[in-house]
Amino acid sequence: MDPGLSSVRLTVLEAVHTLSSSEDGGYIFSTLRSLKRYLGGTENPALPEEREEFARLHFSAILRCLVGKLSPHWLELLPNGQLEELWASFFLEGPADQAFLVLMEALEGVAGPSFRLMKMARLLAQFLSEGRMAAVLEGQCRQQTDLAFPLLQETLLIKVVGLPDRLGNCLQHENLAEFFPQNYFPLLGEEAMRVLQAVVDSLRGGSDCSVSFVSQVLGKACVYGRQKEILGVLVPRLTALTQGSCLWQRVCWHLVECVPDRALEAVLTGLVEAAPGPEVLSRLLGNLVMKSKKAQFVMTQKLLFLQYRYTTPMLQSLLGYLALDSQRRPLLVKVLKELLEMWGSSSAVRHTPLPQQHYVSKAILICLMHLKDTELQDSRDELLASLMAGVQCHLDSSQPAVRRLGMVVAEVVSARIHPEGPALKFQYEEDELSCEMRALATPQPAADSPLEAGPSVAAETPDKQTLDSGVPPVRPEGCESELDSDDEFVPYDMSGDQELKSSKAPKYVRDCIEALTTSEDWEYWEAALRALEGLVFRSPAATREVSVELAKVLLHLEEKTSVVGFEGLRQRALVAVIVTDPARVAEYLTSQFYAVNYSLRQRMDILDVLTLAAQELSRPGRLGRALQCGSLGPACQPSCAVAPTWRAVVDERVRRKTRRFSKGSPRQAPAGGPNEFNSVAGYFFFPLIQGFDRPLVTFDLLGDDQLVLGRLAHTLGVLMYLAVNTTVAVPMGKALLEFVWALRLHGDTYVRRGLLFAVSSVLLSVPAERLLADLPDELLEARSWLADEAKKDPDEDCRVLAMKALLLLEKLKDKLLPLPSP
Amino acid sequence: MAARPSPPPDPQFVLRGTQSAVQALHFHEGAQGQGHPLLISGSLSGLVHIWSLQTRRALTTLDGHGGQCVIWLQTLPQGPQLLSQGRDLRLCLWDLAEGRNTVVDSMGLESMGFCKGSLLARGPQRWTLAVPGRGSDEIQILEMPSKTSVCTLKPEADAKPGMPMCLELWQADSSSRPLLLAGYEDGSVALWDVSERKVCSRIACHTEPVMGLDFDSQKARGVSGSAEKALAVWSLDEQQALQVCRTHELTNPGISDVKIRPDRKILATAGWDHRVRVFHWRTMKPLAVLAFHTSIVHCLAFAADGLLAAGSKDHRISVWSLYPRS
Repeated sequence: MDPGLSSVRLTVLEAVHTLSSSEDGGYIFSTLRSLKRYLGGTENPALPEEREEFARLHFSAILRCLVGKLSPHWLELLPNGQLEELWASFFLEGPADQAFLVLMEALEGVAGPSFRLMKMARLLAQFLSEGRMAAVLEGQCRQQTDLAFPLLQETLLIKVVGLPDRLGNCLQHENLAEFFPQNYFPLLGEEAMRVLQAVVDSLRGGSDCSVSFVSQVLGKACVYGRQKEILGVLVPRLTALTQGSCLWQRVCWHLVECVPDRALEAVLTGLVEAAPGPEVLSRLLGNLVMKSKKAQFVMTQKLLFLQYRYTTPMLQSLLGYLALDSQRRPLLVKVLKELLEMWGSSSAVRHTPLPQQHYVSKAILICLMHLKDTELQDSRDELLASLMAGVQCHLDSSQPAVRRLGMVVAEVVSARIHPEGPALKFQYEEDELSCEMRALATPQPAADSPLEAGPSVAAETPDKQTLDSGVPPVRPEGCESELDSDDEFVPYDMSGDQELKSSKAPKYVRDCIEALTTSEDWEYWEAALRALEGLVFRSPAATREVSVELAKVLLHLEEKTSVVGFEGLRQRALVAVIVTDPARVAEYLTSQFYAVNYSLRQRMDILDVLTLAAQELSRPGRLGRALQCGSLGPACQPSCAVAPTWRAVVDERVRRKTRRFSKGSPRQAPAGGPNEFNSVAGYFFFPLIQGFDRPLVTFDLLGDDQLVLGRLAHTLGVLMYLAVNTTVAVPMGKALLEFVWALRLHGDTYVRRGLLFAVSSVLLSVPAERLLADLPDELLEARSWLADEAKKDPDEDCRVLAMKALLLLEKLKDKLLPLPSP
Repeated sequence: MAARPSPPPDPQFVLRGTQSAVQALHFHEGAQGQGHPLLISGSLSGLVHIWSLQTRRALTTLDGHGGQCVIWLQTLPQGPQLLSQGRDLRLCLWDLAEGRNTVVDSMGLESMGFCKGSLLARGPQRWTLAVPGRGSDEIQILEMPSKTSVCTLKPEADAKPGMPMCLELWQADSSSRPLLLAGYEDGSVALWDVSERKVCSRIACHTEPVMGLDFDSQKARGVSGSAEKALAVWSLDEQQALQVCRTHELTNPGISDVKIRPDRKILATAGWDHRVRVFHWRTMKPLAVLAFHTSIVHCLAFAADGLLAAGSKDHRISVWSLYPRS
């Protein structure tokens, strides 16, 4: 054995002995001082070989021994904390990886809070604040790959990234702010930046270096879900540094490439999120998607098809990144094809949640914005086929939002892939979303990055403002010197200023029918339509004579001339007719609902007017008002007329004979009255619920006409709800629950919403005792379905509705539970 | 401002009892110290009602036109004297002082049309009166109270403007030469220099007959309404030439009268669509649509204090107080 080396060993052995046995402060101090020679930095450092041997073989042992000696008594062997300072310097100046590992090991070895624990925690905090973590990382980067110990590296990696968790566990409530993840990971990011800087410097110096350990740290931190903290530091710095330097770009690409596959997704997501634009992303990633299969999968599949929580700017960065390099552009075309395929699949339209459909649509529009016409030409037929299928199934949907989405995307896409044909144009109301979608499809003026564009915009706006305020606005007319402000002349509401209709309106209901059926004088026809509702209410007896005929005329009425508010007028007139003669007209209309030769529009109208009429009939207080108008037949008038006078006489007597000391403001009690809907609810409800499963040639509720089915379910729910407190509610509830059970697995969202609504209205309208006594099985079935629906339905509204229905069911249970106790 | 506009205003009060369509309205301010002004209305049945705005009742009824429609009412600047023009081709001068209601003077007219006359005070006890003349396109200028015919204004032979439909005599502040604005049947408005008996300027404002016009001599701007769907605003420049500034489209066709409030802030039109429309005079911004009447509104009058009266074929006179003068 080489004598020089053994002399190091002897010194160390001696020192360990001294440390473990001696109580003499001065002696310990001098021993430690002598050991410190091997760390360098003192006035007479040891030989390089000795130092290396010490660092490699003995340093950990010394550190462990030092940690073991740590106690308040030991530190006070010398005054002024000299010993403590020397003690700490071993950790802060020696090889950083070993010091870090020993510290972590010792921290985890201590059970419960103690003096030692806190001392070491402070030491670790100092270790971090002095930037020793960079030394730890750098040490791993400098090592040649063949020399590195994989096991040691693995341990180090776990401890570096897991530091906040571990410290949190050890210190519990005493934890220091430095170790909180929100503080630690930005620090780790800073240290990583310093290491990268060192790597770049040494590469410039010609020596070899590897960044793989930093990549691993980065990957692991991202897997731990700390992308925001660590990348929030790294990305802006790297963005700036990679701008002008090829070397930095290469280091950066290498950094991402070396991230282990299992962490790549987390890192890429974080980068896409943190990068301020496609150009930056392209600088940071290079051609990673072409080199790594995993990266390609994450970027082109996972982020686009499997997830949908990312924001539009992220999508723009991601797809812009794909578009920026000629090697990557084929990927973009492929992505567009796949996106359109998904967009056009009817199963996807039916079963994916709406936000995901928005996400996919946005991605399609952004892709289109980046692609050139020549690139689109090659795969035009394929794209067109997917588009057509997609338009079809979007327009078939019963949800307005999906239909509108289909229209917006179809317009934009068809304009791009089929520019020579006539432009596709749908009629839909512009809203925020459609404007946003359109904006996505139009290419933005080339700005290098939003960050760089920011200040120039900000600088421009004040100029404009000063310009605006500097020049007085030009007055519309040559104004005179007199000061009359327009402020005192605030216009009144002038919305009532309509064109005047000159023709005369019919005065009788029968005249109206005649006018509506035969008149060729359109002004008279329109006047008849306008007058009808009032006439029906004014002359109920005359209406009852012709009610069914009138309903038939109105149901078949077409808008022959352009009449403002035609639909509303017709609907109100129909409602008035039903309210006047509920039984017969409702019977007629419900029978027509399942008759042949009606359009879907007419069938939906039938449902609408039945709902509105039922609402009107069941409105409390309606009867009283009708009585005052004298609209009821003469048969019941005497009794009605007598009742108020009798009550008035009694009230007057009571008032006179009662002495009151104080009197509150007279409160009008809401007048009670029978529910008029009570006697006729059956006419509305049962004919409607009977025929839904018998398809006609032109009308198949269980097939294509699911929109009407959804409306039917809603209507039945409303009728059920309005039949509260009526005797017919129980059989209605039973029938409705059966209806719901039959359709519960319907694929259409709108239908399911209707069914859930219907269940809720059954729970609200049917008395609790009767529900439990008459419909226990149906309730159980409904309950299990609701529970399932609340968990699994893809549509959020459905889940909420199911949840509400479940709550109602729970309330019902609460109401019934106290009953058996007495 | 996002605040919703206030709902259209209601009339301050309504005068009923003419039992016939109201064809002419006039506010009589009364002598100083007499307090409330009077409202004078002329009806289709030939009666003239004098309304007290305090009691809101008719004080007197004057019957002097033999059951023929009264189309124009005007009080003279001095003393309580009233001129009324009827379709019985008579112009009557009434003495209303101290509760009297007798015709003190009357003269025959020679036009069968609906053209209202116009009066310009040119000094104490001296007025100039313009009325439609004998020929269908003529305008006669009379010196009152002597009833001497000053001249007859006859358009040039090739002009063919049709009958005069409305007249407005005025006088610029700077000169004492009376000027006459006349709206004709062919939709044109002409400016006559009365003393020179010639047309200074003539513009075609409308395609239908001009039914009413009013002129703001301070701003040298006027407005006219016709049977068509638009109001025309025109101005008079230094060279006494008329030019159309703008036209304002209306919802329904037909304007029977146009009046500018004496303070020249707002303008009101009487419409065949039963509505009175109020505009800001300087900007022509629509301010209100007063929908109260159930038939054609025939005439309008502004009082000096800003009160607006509208007379309609539905036998009612509505009185409105809008944008009160500060």
